[in-house]
Parts: sequence; structure tokens; C-alpha cells
Amino acid sequence: MRAMNNVFGKITTLENVLGFFHDGMTLMFGGFGGVGSPPTIIDGILEKGVRCLTLIGNDTGFPHIGIGKLVSQERAAKVIASHIGSNPFAGKMMHDGRLEVEFSPQGILAERIRAGGVGLPAILTDIGVDEKIVAKDKPIFSLNGKEYLVETALTAEVSIIYAKKADEYGNLIYDKSARNTNPLVAMAGEITIAEVEEIVPLGSLDPEEIITPGVFVDYVIPTKGVNWKWAWE
Amino acid sequence: MGVGVDVRNKLAKRAAEEIQHGMLVNLGIGIPSLVPNHLPKEVTVMFHAENGITGMGPSPNKGEEDENLCNAGGFPVTLTTGGSYCDSAVAFAMIRRGRVDLTILGSLEVSAKGDLANWIVPGKKVPGMGGAMELAQKAEKVIVLMNHCDRKGKAKIVKECTLPLTSSSCVDLIITELGVFKVTAQGLVLTELFPPYDLSQVIDKTGCDFKVSEQIRKITY
Repeated sequence: MRAMNNVFGKITTLENVLGFFHDGMTLMFGGFGGVGSPPTIIDGILEKGVRCLTLIGNDTGFPHIGIGKLVSQERAAKVIASHIGSNPFAGKMMHDGRLEVEFSPQGILAERIRAGGVGLPAILTDIGVDEKIVAKDKPIFSLNGKEYLVETALTAEVSIIYAKKADEYGNLIYDKSARNTNPLVAMAGEITIAEVEEIVPLGSLDPEEIITPGVFVDYVIPTKGVNWKWAWE
Repeated sequence: MGVGVDVRNKLAKRAAEEIQHGMLVNLGIGIPSLVPNHLPKEVTVMFHAENGITGMGPSPNKGEEDENLCNAGGFPVTLTTGGSYCDSAVAFAMIRRGRVDLTILGSLEVSAKGDLANWIVPGKKVPGMGGAMELAQKAEKVIVLMNHCDRKGKAKIVKECTLPLTSSSCVDLIITELGVFKVTAQGLVLTELFPPYDLSQVIDKTGCDFKVSEQIRKITY
């Protein structure tokens, strides 16, 4: 097996990627209820003191878990998510007018992120087309006698994701249900940073098993591991 | 009014009767999560989770949890033989494409037409819809498992929902601690009763008119 030599310059450290995070930016994150969210990058953003973020991801985690830490420490101005119910801080801030929340049905949110990641401007869907809250302010498109909502694609300045293994090119494999939104979020960032459990030399991953081609990954950093207590613990 | 453990299991057992061998089934949180405990041995199904699991198994033993193997609610599960992982977009592709045969959900209100309202109480409870809209709108069959009335004793089965809808005309079957309703083009039909409740009690606690099946089943478990 080849030794590790970082041919593509993608393997780096948390310190070297912190420069990408700034006040008012759009940040997309992988994870579902905190599972599959990158703990080390999230802590880095917290410690850097970045504020007024627009966060895009499945949900707002739990108050002390995943992206929930950024929400409960009031670093977000806006969230685009499908669910905020497991993070009471998010609901309270929304209620107090301190956090703007755009709800998107879960699978449609995933497809909007995917659309952004695959170079499509929008998708058409009948999910929620009859429901006022979902359809509000969205164009309606008629096709073959049926009406569809136009749901716009989502991209972000930076995407942060979590994976099990990366090679030097940033090819990724994930771990069980921690895959969730990560392969989609990976494609939708102008810059995508993957936090991984293990970094391996080129050729170490079975090409048939790679889920995210390294083309979509700009930087790889090693994780310090999950440092929160799960709700079930 | 909350229902006790025995009643929760009765409802789950009744819902399990609707599950056929080979189905792909999505279960909501709460009472629906008890349904797998009541499946007969000869029935093998795949349970679907929105975060990307096909073939979700029961909770692991204490100490054997894997933090990267959780259900959509964030709690540890296992994978059954033949199970697989996918990303969230593929998990929802299964739902929108009609591959999920059955979903069993809780609800705040259900109307006589089968409208479902289970995601928002404006100004009070605004958690977001999660995957409920796609499941309600696209699963081949939608079963609601819920208490017949809310905590204040108000009927949850109503002529028209007062809360914003999750999806219209989507519910096929309603199972409560009082009985079972089928949703038909002509409205609700009460097909089963859970003794000791009788028809007059169901009429009293239901917020809309309904028909009564000629051969009403009295569930004995």
C-alpha cells in the first residue's frame, strides 16, 4: 500500500479551514438529529465566534448536539430545515423573532440540496402544493394538466460534512445511518469540508464502495470525535 | 387523556393486523413504534426510516448501541438481515415513488374525509413537518393511531380540521382506544369497537357523523 503523501493538498487541519467561516455566511451541514454532523468543525466555528449564520440542513439537532450548539448559542440568524422540534431554543428564538426559520418538507429539502449540488436551479413537486404554509410565495408550474410547486435549489458558501473514511483525493465512505444528508450536502457547497474518522492513502478504498467522489470534497480534516452526550445515553 | 401501556399495545396490535408479508413500512414515533412487537413470526417486512435505513431492526441491548445507527428520532436501532443504508434523498425517493406500502402515524386531528393535521399548532407548537407531508401524501396506505380525544376531552376526529393540514384526503384507517374507522368516499365507517366502549360512547366522543358497519367487530384482545 502507498504511503500517505497528500498529493492533492486536501488533507489539512481544523486551524487551516477556520478562515472560511465568517459572520453572515451561508453554511450547509450534514446530519440528522446530530447523527452524522461534524463535531470538531462545529466546535471550531463556535470558538471562532462566528455569528449571523444562515444554516441549511435537515434539522436543528438537540441544544447540545450537532448544529444545535450553534443554534442554542445564538449564532444563527436564519435556518432552512425540515424540523426544529428537538431543539427548544430554536423554537423559542423563532417565537421571539430572533431566528428566521424556513421549513421545507424533509425529502424536498434533501432534493433542493441535491439540486444545488447537481447544477439544477429548481425542482418541481406536488408535495405540499395544496398546503398554504408550504406553497406560500412559491411559483406554481403546470405540467401535463397537473400543478407543481417550483422549489428552488440550495447551495452554500461552505458545506461541512462527516464521514467514516477519506482518502487523499477526498473520496468518502460513510458509517451506517450517519450517511443521511451528507452525500447531498457534500455536492452543494462552494467549498466542502469533510471531517472524517480515518484518512487513508489513495487506493485504500474499494472504488465500488466510494459514496462521494472526491471531486466534491475540497478539504479533509481528522475528527476529534463526538464530544456530546446523546439524548439516549 | 393519555392511554396506558396496555391500551397502547392493544392499538399497536390492531395496527399490526394491517401489515402483510413483504411490505415496506414506515412507523411514526410514539404508539406506532410498538407495532413491530405484535407482528406474527411468519410475517417478514422491511421497516423504513427517513434518515436512510431500509430494514430497521429493534433497539439494541443496553451497552450495544451504535451512535451512527439511529432511527429518524435519533435513537439507537439495529439493522435486520438484508437491510441497507442510503442517503436521505433516496429514502424519500422510496416514499414519493410509492414504494412505501404503509405508514402508521399519530395525529392531532383527522377529518371525515381523511384529511390529516399533525404538524403544527400555529402560535403554540411549530416543530416543522419533518417527513410527515411526504409520508401522508405518498405512502400507499396511511393509518392513524391516536387517542380518540385530546387532553381536554375534545374530539380529534372532526368534520373539518381546524389546524393546518399535513395532507388532504390521505388517511385510510383510524385506530383509537374506542374503535376502528375506515375512511371511504362516503365518509367514515365504524368497523370495530374496543370493549368496554360501545357505539353510544363513540358517537359521543366523535366530532362528525359516521356510518356503522353492519357487521361490527368487537376486538377481544
